Amino acid sequence: MTALAVERLGVDLDGVRVVDGVTLDLERGGWLGLIGPNGAGKTTLLRAVARLVPYDGSIVLDGDEVASLRRREVARRVAVVPQIPVIPPDASVLEYVVLGRTPHLGYAGSPGPGDVTTARSALARLDAAHLADRRLGSLSGGERQRAVLARAVAQDAELLLLDEPTSALDVGAQQQVLELVASLRADRGLTVLSAMHDLTHAGQYADRLVLMDGGREAASGRPHEVLTEELVARHYGAEVRVLSDAEAGIAVVPLRPRVKAEETVS
Amino acid sequence: MLRAASPRGRLPARAAGALPGISARWAVAAALFLLVSVLLGLAIGPVGLGTGRVAREVLSHVPFLGVSSPLSETEDAILWELRAPRVVLGLLVGAMLAAAGASYQGVFRNPLADPYLLGAAAGAGLGATLVIAYELGGAAGRDLRPVAAFLGAMGGVTAAYVLGRSVGGGRSTATLILAGVTVAAFLTALQTFVQQHRTDTVQEVYSWILGQLETSGWGDVVVMLPYVAVSSVVLLWHRRLLDVLAVGDDEAASLGVPVARVRLIVVAAATLGTAAAVALSGLIAFVGIIVPHAIRLLAGTSYRIVLPLSFVVGGGFLVLADLLARTVIAPAELPIGVVTAFFGAPFFAVILRTTRTVGP
Repeated sequence: MTALAVERLGVDLDGVRVVDGVTLDLERGGWLGLIGPNGAGKTTLLRAVARLVPYDGSIVLDGDEVASLRRREVARRVAVVPQIPVIPPDASVLEYVVLGRTPHLGYAGSPGPGDVTTARSALARLDAAHLADRRLGSLSGGERQRAVLARAVAQDAELLLLDEPTSALDVGAQQQVLELVASLRADRGLTVLSAMHDLTHAGQYADRLVLMDGGREAASGRPHEVLTEELVARHYGAEVRVLSDAEAGIAVVPLRPRVKAEETVS
Repeated sequence: MLRAASPRGRLPARAAGALPGISARWAVAAALFLLVSVLLGLAIGPVGLGTGRVAREVLSHVPFLGVSSPLSETEDAILWELRAPRVVLGLLVGAMLAAAGASYQGVFRNPLADPYLLGAAAGAGLGATLVIAYELGGAAGRDLRPVAAFLGAMGGVTAAYVLGRSVGGGRSTATLILAGVTVAAFLTALQTFVQQHRTDTVQEVYSWILGQLETSGWGDVVVMLPYVAVSSVVLLWHRRLLDVLAVGDDEAASLGVPVARVRLIVVAAATLGTAAAVALSGLIAFVGIIVPHAIRLLAGTSYRIVLPLSFVVGGGFLVLADLLARTVIAPAELPIGVVTAFFGAPFFAVILRTTRTVGP
C-alpha cells in the first residue's frame, strides 16, 4: 500500500525552481533514500512533504493531499528529523522528547502522564532511557541524535523524514543511529524517507534510491541500479569505485583523482 | 546493542508520570518574597506603620479570625488610600513587565528581548512627550498622558510588525527585531526633537521617562487592571507553546504549531500589558530582563516555570524598588527606573557569576 505519492512536485524558493517535476512513491514500511549533490533539492523536497514550504504538483499522504491537511494533522502523520536540530541546551532530554507529543495536544494543551509515558518509552526504545534527566547541552553528538530521534518516535507518526541524520556523527554513532532507524522500521512499521550524503550508507540501508540533481530526478531504482560509477561521476563529479559484496552489501569508495595523486608523490 | 548501564539512582524520586514543574522550594521562596515585599511596601514610609501592625490590620479584614485593627483612623487612611494603591500598582506593573519580557524572549528566542525592543517604549515615550510638551488636553493633560503613551506603544509595535513582515514574511525573528530597532530609533529621534524643541517642559518629560509610581489613588489601578488581566491570561495560556518555539520556527511548525499566529498573539498580548504599564508608570527599564533571567538561572528554564514565577517575582521586585525610590532620599523621590537598574544590575551580576550560563 502506498504511504506517500509525490507527483510532478515543484517548489520555488525566492524565484528559483529548487525542485522541478519530481515524481516518486513510497510503500508503507519502505525506506527511500534521496541522494544527490549539494543543492540538488533533497532537503526542500522533505520540507514540502512536511508542509513546511508551498509547492505545486501533488503530495498525497495516505490518500490525502498534504496542502489540504491542517498543520497539526500533518504533524500527526509525518515526523521530521532535521539536519541540524535546534537544541535548547537547558531543557532536559525528557522535556525535549515530550515536545514530540505536541500534535496530539490541543492548541495550548499540556502533556499529561500518558504523554510522558510515551516519551519515556520512546527513549527506552532508543536505548536512551538513562538520558531522560540530562540537560540536552551536556550530551554527545550521538546521544543528542538519539534524543532527536526519540522525539520523532514520540510523535507517533507513520512517516519519518530524516535529513542527513548522521552528518555530524562519528562512524560508530552513524551506524548505531541508522541501525536504530532500521529496527524502528521493522518493529513499528515506520515508513522512512531520508536525504543521505553517505552513498555507502544510502546503499546499505535504503531499499530504493532516488538520485536528484538540479531539482530533478536523475535516476531511481534499487541501490545497485542507482549507485553506479557512471552516475556518481556524472552527477557528483566524483571518481568512485562501487564495490558489491554478498555479505557486506554495497560500498561506494572515493578514488583520488590521478593527477593530484601524482603531484603529491613528487 | 548498546544497552544502557543500570539507570538506578539517576531517576529522581518524583512521580514518574509528570514533567517537573515549579519545585516546592522555589514556589515557597517566590511567595515569601512577594509577601515580604508587600508588607514592607505597606509599612515603611514617612509615617512608619510597622510590619506587624500592618499584618494585623490586614488580618482584621478577614472574617472569623477575631483580629482587631491596631491602626488609628489616620493611619488607616494612609495605609488604604496612599500606600496600598501604590503597592498594588507596583505589583501590576512589575508583574506585567517581567512576564512580557519573558514572553518576548521566548517568542523571539533572544535573551536580550524585552518590552522595549519592538518600539513599544519609544512609541509610548513619543506619545507622552507630545502631550506634555504641547500641553495637549489642557487641564486634562495628566489623564491624557497614559492614553497617548498607550497609543504610541501600540503604534510602535504595529509599525515594527508590519515592517518586519513586509521584509521577512513574518517568519524570521531577526528581521522582526531589526524592524523593531529601526522603528524605535526613528521614534526616539522624534521624541528627542520634540523634547528639545520645548525646553520649558524638559524636566517634566524626563521625570515621566525615568518612571514613577506616584498614583492618584485606586483610579490608576482600576484603569490598568483589565489590560493586565487579559495580557496575563493570554501569556500564561501560551506558556507551553513558548517551550515548543524553543526548537525554532521550522521544527515547531513540523510539530504542528502555527508559528506565525502564536508569535502574533503572544507579541500582541505582551505589548498590550507593556503599554498599559508604561502608560501609567513611565519607562522602567531592566525588570523585563533581569527577573526572567534570574528565574531561569535559579528555578529552571521551561516557560511552565519562568512565566508564572515572573509574575510573582516581578511584582515583588518592583514594590521593593519603589520602596527604595521613595525612602533613599526622602522626602524627595528617586525615579524608580534608576533604582531598578542601580540595584538590579549588581544583583543580576551576582546571580550570573554564581550559576551556570543559561539561554532563553
